[in-house]
Amino acid sequence: MSTLAPLSETPETATSTVQELEAVRARFPAGSILPQDGLDQPTWIVSRDVLAAVARELKDNPQTQFDLMLDLCGVDFPDREERFEAVYHLYSLHRGARLRLKVPLREDDAVIPSLIPVWKAANWFEREIYDMFGVRVEGHPNLSRILTHEAFQGHALRKDYDPARRWILTEDKIYKPHFDLPPGENEDDMFERMTVNIGPTHPAMHGTFRLMAVLDGETIVASDVEIGYLHRCFEKMSETHTWQHVIPYTDRLNYCSSFINNVGYCKTVEKLLGVEPPPKAVWARTILSEFSRIMDHCVCNGTTLVDAGGLTNFWYLFQPREEIYGLLESVCGARLTVSACRIGGLIQDLPPDFEARCRRLLEIIPPFVEDSEKLVNKNRIWIDRSVGIAAISGEEAVNWGWTGPCLRASGVGYDVRRAHPYDLYDTVDWEVPVLYGGDVYDRWRIRMLEIWQSLKIIRQLLDRGMPEGPHIVDDPHVALPSKEACYNEMEAMIYHFKLIMDGIRVPAGEIYNMVEGANGELGFYTISDGTGKPYRNHCRPPCFPIFSTFSRLIQGGSLSDAIVSLGGLNIVAGELER
Amino acid sequence: MTQPIAQTAQTPPSRPVLRPDAPYPNTVKPYKPGFAERLYLPLLGGLMVTARHFLRNLFGKKMYTIEYPEERRAYSHRFRGHHILTTRPDGSVRCVACFLCAQNCPAECIHIEAAEHPDVNIEKYPVVYEIDMLRCVFCGYCVDACPEEAIIMSNNYDMAYFTREQSIVGKNDLMKPYTFDENLLGYRPLFPEEDVQRAKMRRDAFNLVEAARQAQERETAKAAAGR
Repeated sequence: MSTLAPLSETPETATSTVQELEAVRARFPAGSILPQDGLDQPTWIVSRDVLAAVARELKDNPQTQFDLMLDLCGVDFPDREERFEAVYHLYSLHRGARLRLKVPLREDDAVIPSLIPVWKAANWFEREIYDMFGVRVEGHPNLSRILTHEAFQGHALRKDYDPARRWILTEDKIYKPHFDLPPGENEDDMFERMTVNIGPTHPAMHGTFRLMAVLDGETIVASDVEIGYLHRCFEKMSETHTWQHVIPYTDRLNYCSSFINNVGYCKTVEKLLGVEPPPKAVWARTILSEFSRIMDHCVCNGTTLVDAGGLTNFWYLFQPREEIYGLLESVCGARLTVSACRIGGLIQDLPPDFEARCRRLLEIIPPFVEDSEKLVNKNRIWIDRSVGIAAISGEEAVNWGWTGPCLRASGVGYDVRRAHPYDLYDTVDWEVPVLYGGDVYDRWRIRMLEIWQSLKIIRQLLDRGMPEGPHIVDDPHVALPSKEACYNEMEAMIYHFKLIMDGIRVPAGEIYNMVEGANGELGFYTISDGTGKPYRNHCRPPCFPIFSTFSRLIQGGSLSDAIVSLGGLNIVAGELER
Repeated sequence: MTQPIAQTAQTPPSRPVLRPDAPYPNTVKPYKPGFAERLYLPLLGGLMVTARHFLRNLFGKKMYTIEYPEERRAYSHRFRGHHILTTRPDGSVRCVACFLCAQNCPAECIHIEAAEHPDVNIEKYPVVYEIDMLRCVFCGYCVDACPEEAIIMSNNYDMAYFTREQSIVGKNDLMKPYTFDENLLGYRPLFPEEDVQRAKMRRDAFNLVEAARQAQERETAKAAAGR
């Protein structure tokens, strides 16, 4: 018995919710919700006064059930009277439908109501919009800066903020932790308690996070995390670079699987351009994405066990990763920050030994994964450390905005590759593994199961053979002409110069496009104003909502359990803080 | 942003994840270890695995770790490493200072100053061509942008500097690859048919540069000895 929808069910299109959405809209005063033609999904312009009620209705109405709040981001239009726009992206797991809500805001009255009572996922996203745009959130329990330093002045993503501006940030203004203490207690009478600080540079914190925990003995009573140490405002930087130049920036989002980020970004721009990459590029993207996923899962599962004291498993799982790096290097010339995709295709044609290398990898990887499973899966030491630790139910995980393997370990089988098939995922036979434990152990096991599924996908695609044809789309307005043409033909030379000097001209519009990143739905919300640079490029990082749950997950557990559960969540600072 | 969009990108066909009436799993069902697991028995299987690895590694199976400075990993001919400025057959720099690489650099690490070339057919050449290796992200966009094949990459990856000033590599150092060997070339435009001929051209050009450099070194040495 499974709650998951069967595969054989005919794909429902998102348009089937049009009537239900209209019914919801009719319940609100005329003029408070204006539908807009969205390129990719239904879009509503919602007036701020009804926002909270609309959100509640959309979530609770059994006809719509938008229970997953994916994203909230701001957009700045300095020329408009209503300067800011808060953009929400919602998803309904029961209907496979998406909805975008836009809330226009005046600069002198930039306040939105907090949606935390409806979706807990809104918590950190609202802090982000406050930090980046100065939009205040009414009713937020801890409205403080999240990505930038407390002493930072101004709001980085406003259009009038100079991207080259520098600040000297000192220690006299630092983040004050917000502890979600049990009722009836306050910080002053914590005589018996001790507050410890872990990180930001602590090996257990897997990057640069700071955890502040109030301890009662060894039990965590309350905690708070501070992030932003690796923030580089990738979104602002994309606004100052051409569309093509953003690709190296996306490498640095989730650097354990940078290829998937490349694919996600390129697909978004391709959608906006209306360009279809050639079959060979799609084929290679699918294969390399799956290899990257394997690599990412290997890193996550390897390092989780290190936190629990198991180093051997780490060595075994890093060997497949090393081999996959070799494959990526032979394709694009770099191991970690690959920049292997271009808008419209791939960086270069695939090497002649690509298929042979992939097949070799299919032989090399399984023994290591098997060994690791043999070592760990039924190991009581690991079971004692991980079963029931940091457990979260599917319902709660969805409310916190979880996606990806962590959500699938809690019993909700949402996978973008299955729910919104892209590339070649619809043409191969594979399954979405789902487990129901929702704890560290099941998060470990689901990643192992996904590695096997990824191998299955790759094997089928290799058996199908490499498609013939070019590696990049043959459109001189999108892709650079071949070097041969560029050296010998005047016209190609002109296109070459135009493309590099002005960049790709992407038609005006907005789009939200998603791929299944290694730790959840990796979405890019991109707005073009028709020039050679993105007007706004927002990344929906999958681990941002997941990490916002961390304090809740570790509450009541011991400190050592907190360390183990952090590893299992696969938080990657590059993606979390952008 | 309200204007209509010409493109016809469509909503991808979506597939609901849960049955419309299915509730969420609101309790967790943790894994239940079996009897053998509670007795720690599977640990023996794990010990077998580690013992197998130990013996294999001991008796000469391929190791994944390498002794780095002595041993080096072989990279493909697409590796994006230290840049090379290629030369003309007469040993002068091939670059025509068109600034496309500097324009196409996402990290803005290329600095060029152009001057008029004595040969009217060439028009311009760079007097200064500097790459800040600490800023460079080795994305290969400069190679993509170059319409003259004047900048390519090598697969040399060990770049270490004592000061930040040293990390700004000038024209002469970029034109002087450490050794000129086809195997050491990295990311560059691919021409399967012409590669042999190009390789010869590059080698000839390098030999000329190298000869000139050695002659100059001899002269300086002679002058120093004379003084």
